[in-house]
Amino acid sequence: MLIWDLFKMALRSLIANKLRTFLTTLGIIIGVASVISMIAIGEGAKQQTLSTISKFGTNIITVKPGRKKTRHVSSDKVVTLTFADAKAIETRVPLITGVAAQVYRPAQLKFANKNTNTTVRGTGKDYGRLANFTLDRGRYFNDGEVRTSRQVAVLGATVVKNLFENVDPVGKTLKVDGKNYLIIGVMEAKGALSWYDPDDQIFIPVTTAQKRLFGMDYVQSIDVQAENIEDLEFIKEDIDRLLRLRHSIPEGAESDFHVQNSSQWLSSWGDAAKTFTYLLGGIAAISLMVGGIGIMNIMLVSVTERTREIGIRKAIGAKKREIMEQFLIESVVMSFLGGGIGILLGLMISKFVSQMGGWDTVVSPESILLSFGFSVGIGIFFGYYPANKAANLNPIEALRYE
Amino acid sequence: MIEVLNLSKTYKLGNVDVPALMDVSFSFDRGEFIAIMGPSGSGKSTLMNLLGCLDLPTSGIYRLNGHDIQGMSPDQLAEVRNRKIGFVFQSFNLLPRASALENIELPLLYGRVPNAAKIAMSALSRVGLADRAGHKPAELSGGERQRVAIARAIVNNPAIILADEPTGNLDSKTGEEIMNIFTRLNEEGVMVVLVTHEKEIAQYARHILNMKDGKLSNPQVMTEAKPRC
Repeated sequence: MLIWDLFKMALRSLIANKLRTFLTTLGIIIGVASVISMIAIGEGAKQQTLSTISKFGTNIITVKPGRKKTRHVSSDKVVTLTFADAKAIETRVPLITGVAAQVYRPAQLKFANKNTNTTVRGTGKDYGRLANFTLDRGRYFNDGEVRTSRQVAVLGATVVKNLFENVDPVGKTLKVDGKNYLIIGVMEAKGALSWYDPDDQIFIPVTTAQKRLFGMDYVQSIDVQAENIEDLEFIKEDIDRLLRLRHSIPEGAESDFHVQNSSQWLSSWGDAAKTFTYLLGGIAAISLMVGGIGIMNIMLVSVTERTREIGIRKAIGAKKREIMEQFLIESVVMSFLGGGIGILLGLMISKFVSQMGGWDTVVSPESILLSFGFSVGIGIFFGYYPANKAANLNPIEALRYE
Repeated sequence: MIEVLNLSKTYKLGNVDVPALMDVSFSFDRGEFIAIMGPSGSGKSTLMNLLGCLDLPTSGIYRLNGHDIQGMSPDQLAEVRNRKIGFVFQSFNLLPRASALENIELPLLYGRVPNAAKIAMSALSRVGLADRAGHKPAELSGGERQRVAIARAIVNNPAIILADEPTGNLDSKTGEEIMNIFTRLNEEGVMVVLVTHEKEIAQYARHILNMKDGKLSNPQVMTEAKPRC
């Protein structure tokens, strides 16, 4: 029998049991729709997080003092990293476009009758560019001001909001821990993350911070910007070699600093988001699986109900394969149908979620292909056993079945 | 033509062997009209299943048109049933969701015969139901249903038509009409094997095989039925 005739027969029997077909298909519809919408939500969350994080720059290498004992924790007691190290990196390491040594501490700011506590970041002329800050007004401090430890400051947007209402801060004088600083620029707002507001800080020359404010001769971190992301590893090696030499650390000994790059941080965040997506997708896949079991269940009922029909078909010459195909086509048509409707429903849910929840959802073509292929696969997998049962019925017994 | 030599069939019920057919032998040329008679449990259904290639014998030889049936795979048997045998059942056994014409087409579709609809239509005309082509079995009377079933049986030009109590579910007048169709088909050269327990029905056949306890009670002796008018 030609496949088209088998297809027509399968369709006819599905139409004859409309409600049953619909309910069975519903399992697949829900499964596919949830796979697509869950993955879309997870993927949206991932991209949103990554794009927020990448605002901080992805081609930055950070050198911190201390051994890399535990993740994200470094000892402040190690004071061997210096401004001279930063200068050395700037002049000796190739393929970099900027270096910014940093010291930072909380300090009290005062303007007119207003107070606020914020982070004072002492750094070099490149920091603004490295950290993806854009100037709103005024200017950033230059190399000369760093060299001569001038008392100038550039303000983050949150600080401006807290201290200056309807006043242009550029040109005004601000008190930082009681000392006067000339405001020469204001940064554009970058937007706060839930745990960290990058706009709530002010920037002053690193030498000024070391000598005049904090009284320290070391730096707390050095940011290095790579020209290309591909060069990050080479640059890390160069910095490592250079600093070990400068700090006279013998071969094999542990160094008193560590070098990390933000793309590692980014990729670990990406991994976390991926896990989230897999988790959502996995739960949805289970519901797709349950839908498949529904198909198997109904196909088994259908085979039993139609035992006599199978007997007739066998008596007039249907081969095993043809009986098998007939039932397999029925289950595949159901899962195909469920897959198709499920995709539409999934797209609608994704759109709904992004509109109502204000949460970006990203429907990837892969997730559509995956869930559609998966649902058709489920039709074959769960349809196989009932179809095989039908194909192997004894024609005499099948004909006698009441 | 069919040749049956020492045909035996034994069913296993648990550990007990139940002989259903023992050492049956006969042979008939094409164009014959045979009735197999006997009480229930006499083995006539078993013989029918073997002749119809629905089952394989435990021992013995069954040759259909010169081909040995034993040793064939289920799919080969299916093909023999499709090309050489037409079944007519007591309970019609039509597919309820398919129209009369589609029911008749079915053996042609399984046999991948081209022009199925046209051939099926002419088979339907041969049983006088050309105007019922689009009707579902439920919309037909019992006699009409059995005629559709006969049309389905003859659509592939089989070597034999096997009819298992074809009039069992019909009133006597309709039964007579059905038997007249078999007679006519037989006159056109189709071999008809009829299983029945009704004497009057068996009288349509030219030969009657009487079965009892799994054996032919009149071995090799072919009873001549009364001449047809």
